[in-house]
Amino acid sequence: MAIRERLSGNEAVAYAIRQINPDVMPAFPITPSTEIPQYVANYIANGKIDTEFIPVESEHSAMSAAIGASAAGARAVTATSSCGMALMWEELYVAASDRLPVVLALVNRALSGPININADHSDSMGARDSGWIQIYAESNQEAYDNFLQAYPIAEHASVRLPVMICQDGFITSHGVENIQLLEDDKVREFVGEYMPAHYLLHEKEPMAVGPYAVSAYYMETKRAQREAMKNARQVILETAARFESLTGRKYGFFEEYRMEDADYVIVLIGSAAGTCKAAIDEIRSATGQKVGLLKIRVFRPFPEEELANALRDKKAIAVLDRSEMFAATGGPLGAEVRAALYSAGSRAEVVNYFYGLGGRDITVDDFKEVYAKLERLARTHERTDMYTYIGLRER
Amino acid sequence: MAENRIHEKSPWQDITEGNQIYEPATSRQFCTGEWRTCTPVYLAERCRQCLLCVPVCPDSSIPVQEGKRQAFDYDHCKGCGICAKVCPFGAIEMKEGK
Amino acid sequence: MANGMETAYNFKEVMSRTERLAPGHRMCAGCGGTVAVRAVLRALRPEDKAVVGNATGCLEVSSFMYPYTAYEDSYIHNAFENAGATLSGVETAYRVLKKKGKIKENFKFITFGGDGGTYDIGFQSLSGAMERGHDMVYVCYDNGAYMNTGTQRSSATPQFADTTTTPAGTASEGKVQVRKDLTAIMAQHHIPYAAQTTFTANFRDLHEKAQKAIYTPGAAFLNVMSPCPRGWGYDPSELMNICKLAVETCYWPLYEVVDGKWILNYEPKNKLPIEEFLRPQKRFGHLFKPGREELIGLFQAEVDKRWEELQNRCAAKQ
Repeated sequence: MAIRERLSGNEAVAYAIRQINPDVMPAFPITPSTEIPQYVANYIANGKIDTEFIPVESEHSAMSAAIGASAAGARAVTATSSCGMALMWEELYVAASDRLPVVLALVNRALSGPININADHSDSMGARDSGWIQIYAESNQEAYDNFLQAYPIAEHASVRLPVMICQDGFITSHGVENIQLLEDDKVREFVGEYMPAHYLLHEKEPMAVGPYAVSAYYMETKRAQREAMKNARQVILETAARFESLTGRKYGFFEEYRMEDADYVIVLIGSAAGTCKAAIDEIRSATGQKVGLLKIRVFRPFPEEELANALRDKKAIAVLDRSEMFAATGGPLGAEVRAALYSAGSRAEVVNYFYGLGGRDITVDDFKEVYAKLERLARTHERTDMYTYIGLRER
Repeated sequence: MAENRIHEKSPWQDITEGNQIYEPATSRQFCTGEWRTCTPVYLAERCRQCLLCVPVCPDSSIPVQEGKRQAFDYDHCKGCGICAKVCPFGAIEMKEGK
Repeated sequence: MANGMETAYNFKEVMSRTERLAPGHRMCAGCGGTVAVRAVLRALRPEDKAVVGNATGCLEVSSFMYPYTAYEDSYIHNAFENAGATLSGVETAYRVLKKKGKIKENFKFITFGGDGGTYDIGFQSLSGAMERGHDMVYVCYDNGAYMNTGTQRSSATPQFADTTTTPAGTASEGKVQVRKDLTAIMAQHHIPYAAQTTFTANFRDLHEKAQKAIYTPGAAFLNVMSPCPRGWGYDPSELMNICKLAVETCYWPLYEVVDGKWILNYEPKNKLPIEEFLRPQKRFGHLFKPGREELIGLFQAEVDKRWEELQNRCAAKQ
């Protein structure tokens, strides 16, 4: 029987960490993810888990220690946000290249500057090339569910890659919602024991990790890493299927909301999906206009083919990015969705808007306006408004 | 030895996961002795087995067995000459070339 | 005596121990760095296992070039500035896995960093690891500059040294600043063991300090002056002589701080003038041109000041 609770996103992830009981958690406080290590430290202080907490002096050291612990044969976890992730940047690449299944609870927050503590995807989007699997949540429930699936994906023999489980700062991390939790024993059975084949503390064979690899090896190393990311696709789906049989909750690379007959589609990541769904329901009941949403759950590996298949025959698509990439055109999600559609020979009109930077609210009315623009674009093919900021004040 | 199969022509499928190596001291397979421009010559008859030459070698190229130093490991000795300088008995002489 | 010390130094026995740093690494001929590594690893009890950490630097790129590791033990390199943090993760994992009964054997944790990775870019990570008290040893093989990238100055570089970022020239006398006293800074972390050493003829000083550092429970720091023939500009065969001069001039005093108690391990009977140490090194060549006597005087004054300070610390009632 599922446990019914009311938890914030941070509480939900901390609860999952307690249930998994990982070996080592190095972490450094940063808003809005600070609560996660706080809750874990509390569990430890009260004998609820035997995880060792390392109160490191920076996020760079948090990821460095997580890498050391993981290489040593332990299950390692950390949590961070924004600049904390930026400080670990170098280490994100090392964790992935070393093929260490570290799990990072990321609470998405805008990167400085100016300093800002609110939801924005610039932290994780900047790390999209680091070799980490990236899974995003719309809600507390999804953050919890995704977190429980993280280690089975990361540690799978054909994958062995680090995973970041992302949720939106404050909106998800601090918003308290109803949630269904699994019993501890079910979680432990689902996640399983960590049994790496090779690790530093192996008593029978030493292991050396982190070499200098000259150009004769670097490219082959990257190709092998790419293979693991390709393998992750299957493992993510299998893990989701196993999770569904346990909980009844279904997950894939993305969620399609009222997409079957939709002509006008919004593609986005994260908590804004809830508001978008409300807009869709209102539009459909008020005007009957066929609007839908495709919410990305897995951004790395990028589900190019599946995404193109879901979108190729739509009339107009708005890809919404919650982070700038200063191409002076679109954002990272926009670029990748367009590329996927182009490869699939789609003739759909595509615009790429920015929203919610630094925690700016996006409303039901904002989404209605986006759908109205898509309808107009599909009708007129006047490409005047390809890249724009939603909710921006302008003279 | 698995690492013997990894070389500069190896296909990507043969690269070890995460470039990890699961054996000790594979560097022994790499001959740094080729770098040498001067060579230490061990004059056993002068050696009193004081072993002062052993710890100063940057290349672990003076093996010790049963408390006695052995012949130089010419596969790895780079010919730096530190050992010859510390020998109190003139039992190591440096000569030009390999 | 720090915990774990039992037997008197038996040179022959120590030299007969199985070598834990294999040959075939690509360090330069005459490198002081690997002499330091060998000596530290020899202090491990033969029955103990170890995980060796390493900051990016000469040692790392030369001793683990894929697929060739020079280590008999497990080894991890992560990046330049995080050897302390990385090994603290390994050490923590060990404690957890041991607690959970997944590991039976004893492991010790030793990480090596050059002075660039220790005094400068890795300073924060080192300070954090020491402050948290992980049961590990951080060994700095101090060659006084960024040698891996071609002799750029670090905060360990002595004043007036000619480096590629503090070149001596018509308008420059080399490095302007005096060197950071890292051993003292680490001692002020109030860790159970901090020491400074280099290579002496029978390696006793280094061996005993490494042994104490490894077997004292908690965090330990070892600063090993490890000359670099290329960066310092001396003939590689002169390694041991350079070390001797560093010690006899009191440029590099041998001391240790055991549970807050400062102990001078060696006091030269006849303290040599600093010129003796400076003259054989090309990096100080410009100090010996006519009219630069004053600079040598300044160098001497700094050495004297620090030597006196150290003597006072060691003599102070503790």
